[in-house]
Amino acid sequence: MTDRSAALPLGMEASSRTIASPASGELRRDLRLIAEMIEPGSRVLDIGCGDGALLAYLAREKGVDARGMELSQSGVNACVRHGLSVIQGDADHDLDAFPADAFDVAVLSQTLQATRRPRHVVEELVRIGKRAIVSFPNFGFWRIRLSLLSRGRMPMSEILHNPWYDTPNIHLCTIRDFVALCDELGTRIERSVTLDRHGKPLSLRARGGLANLFAEQGMFVLSNSAGGVRPA
Amino acid sequence: MSTVTAPLLKRPGTEWPGHSLVVSEPLRLDCGVDFGPFTIAYQTYGKLNPERSNAILICHALSGDQYVAEPHPITGAAGWWTTMVGPGGVLDTERYFLICANVLGGCMGTTGPKETNPATGEAWALDFPVITIHDMVRAQKILLEHLGIETLFCVIGGSMGAMQVLQWASSYPEGVFAAVPIAGSARHSAQNIAFHEVGRQAIIADPDWCGGRYLSLDRNPSRGLAVARMAAHITYLSEAALHRKFGRNLQDRNAVTYGFDADFQVESYLRHQGSTFVDRFDANSYLYIARAMDYFDLAAEHGGSLPTAFPGKQPRFCIISFTSDWLFPTSESRALVHALNAVAANVSFVEIETDKGHDAFLLHEPELFATLRGFLTGSAEQRGLMRFWD
Repeated sequence: MTDRSAALPLGMEASSRTIASPASGELRRDLRLIAEMIEPGSRVLDIGCGDGALLAYLAREKGVDARGMELSQSGVNACVRHGLSVIQGDADHDLDAFPADAFDVAVLSQTLQATRRPRHVVEELVRIGKRAIVSFPNFGFWRIRLSLLSRGRMPMSEILHNPWYDTPNIHLCTIRDFVALCDELGTRIERSVTLDRHGKPLSLRARGGLANLFAEQGMFVLSNSAGGVRPA
Repeated sequence: MSTVTAPLLKRPGTEWPGHSLVVSEPLRLDCGVDFGPFTIAYQTYGKLNPERSNAILICHALSGDQYVAEPHPITGAAGWWTTMVGPGGVLDTERYFLICANVLGGCMGTTGPKETNPATGEAWALDFPVITIHDMVRAQKILLEHLGIETLFCVIGGSMGAMQVLQWASSYPEGVFAAVPIAGSARHSAQNIAFHEVGRQAIIADPDWCGGRYLSLDRNPSRGLAVARMAAHITYLSEAALHRKFGRNLQDRNAVTYGFDADFQVESYLRHQGSTFVDRFDANSYLYIARAMDYFDLAAEHGGSLPTAFPGKQPRFCIISFTSDWLFPTSESRALVHALNAVAANVSFVEIETDKGHDAFLLHEPELFATLRGFLTGSAEQRGLMRFWD
C-alpha cells in the first residue's frame, strides 16, 4: 500500500501540478510558437505529443480542449497520470478513426519524418483538423548538404542525431519537397515559418529558395483547400 | 475433492450487511419479462456532497459483489478492491461517495435465482428470467434515482464491470461525467463464450445440480461450481504469472507420487480457488451472470456499428488494458478507442505492462493506480469538485 501513503498529500496544490507538471520547465521554443498560433478555447489534437508539454500548456494557459496521441506507451502513461487526455496510437494508422473536422487544429510537431506514409498523414491531418500545424527538420539545410558532399556519409545534426541504421526518421524531406507535396495534394498553405535549430524564427519566406538552404526547420499551417480559396 | 457446503449462502433471504432497496415497480427486461418486485443490495463508502456531484459507481465483475472495501460477510476475506478504495486511496473515500450494488441475478442480496419465487414459494432456480448487462445497468439506474443522484461523477469497473461501464455510457451518457472501463470489451468474444460454456457444463453435469432445483432438494452442486471456477481462474492469469508463482514446484513433497493427488503447487492452488469459491457463490447465479456476459455485444444492439452505440455528449473516458490479458486483450480496448474517436469523444487509453493477466485490475499494480489517480484528479478539476476538498 505504498502508493496510498504517497497519495495522502493530494490536494489543491497537487491538482494544479497535474496540469502543470509536464510543462513545469520552459516550453520548447518551437512548441511555444505553435501555441501562439492556437486560438483560446479551441479543440486541438497533438499527434506525437510526447510527455504532453504542449497539451498541458494549451490546457492551462488557453483553456484549450487538448487531446493527444503518442506512440510510446511510457509517454502516454505519463500524460494520463498528469490528467491529460491522451491515447496510445500512431499517425499512420490511428487518424482514420476520427471524423472530418473533429478538431480546430491538428498538430504534428517533428513527427512527419518518422511516419511510414507521410503523404497519407498530411491528407488525414487536414481532414480531421480544420487547420493543421506541421513542423519538421529541413533536409535541405546547407550544413546537411555540405556534410553529405564533403564526408560522403549520411548527415547527422543536432536535430537528426541518430545514425542511419538506428533512426526513426525514415522519410526526411526538404522544405521545397514539402511545399511540392502540399501543391500536389491541393492542400492550402495558410502560413509558413522557418526556424533555426533552436526553434527561433528566421525572416525567410518558406517558398523562397533561401529558406530551403538556411532554415533548419520548417513550420506550416495547412488547411483543406476545399474549404478555402487557393492562393496564387 | 472435498468441498464445504455453505449454510449462509444456501438460505434464501439471508440478511447481509449494508443497504438494500426494494423495487416494487416491475422492470422490463431484455428478454421481455416484466420482473418485480425485486431487491437491490448495495454498499456505500464516503459521503455524498451537497451538490450530489461526487458519486462514483463501482461495477463488480462476474464473481464479485458489493463488499468492495470491507471484509466479506461469508469468507471474512478483505474486500475485492481494497487496493483501490479507502481514505487517501485512488478511489478516495474522503472525497468521493462510492456506491457498489450487487448485480441483478447475483447471490449477495440482490434478487437472483436463489431467492424465493413468490409464485411458488421455492427458489427461482431456472424459472429466473435470463438477464443481460443492460438489465443490470437498468437496475443500477433505479438505485441511483432512489439515492437522488442524477449525474455520476464516474462509473468504473473491470472485466464484466467494464461492460456495465460501457452500457452506462451507451444508455445514459448524460448521467455520467467520466467512464473507466478496465480490461473490458464492447462484446464477449467467441473464445470467452467458449470458456463460459465449459464452466456452465461443469455445473450442469454435477448430479447435485438437479436441473437447477438443488436448493429445494437441499443439495449443492459444489463440485461442478468449483471446476467452473478453476477453469475460469486460469483465464484470469497468464502463463508467465503461473510460471513465476508456481513453476513446476511440488506441493509439500519432494517427488511426484505417481497418482492423481495435487502433486504440483499449481494444482493445489486451483483446488483451493475452487473450494473457497463455492462457499460464497451460488451455482445458478454463476450460470445466469456468465450468460449475461456472453450476450453482451454493444455494436449488435446498434445495427452492427460500435460508434453508434455511443450517442450524445459522451463522458470523458479512460480506457485501460493490460499487456498479458489474453481474456480481454488490448485489441478489444483499442477497438473501443477507435469507436469513441469516431464520435470525437474525449478518450484516454493506457495499456499497462504487467505479467499478471486479466486479474491485474484487482492486484497491486502501481502504474494502474497512478494512471487512475491522474485521470480522476483531472476529471475532478473539470467537474469543479476541488472546492469540496481540503
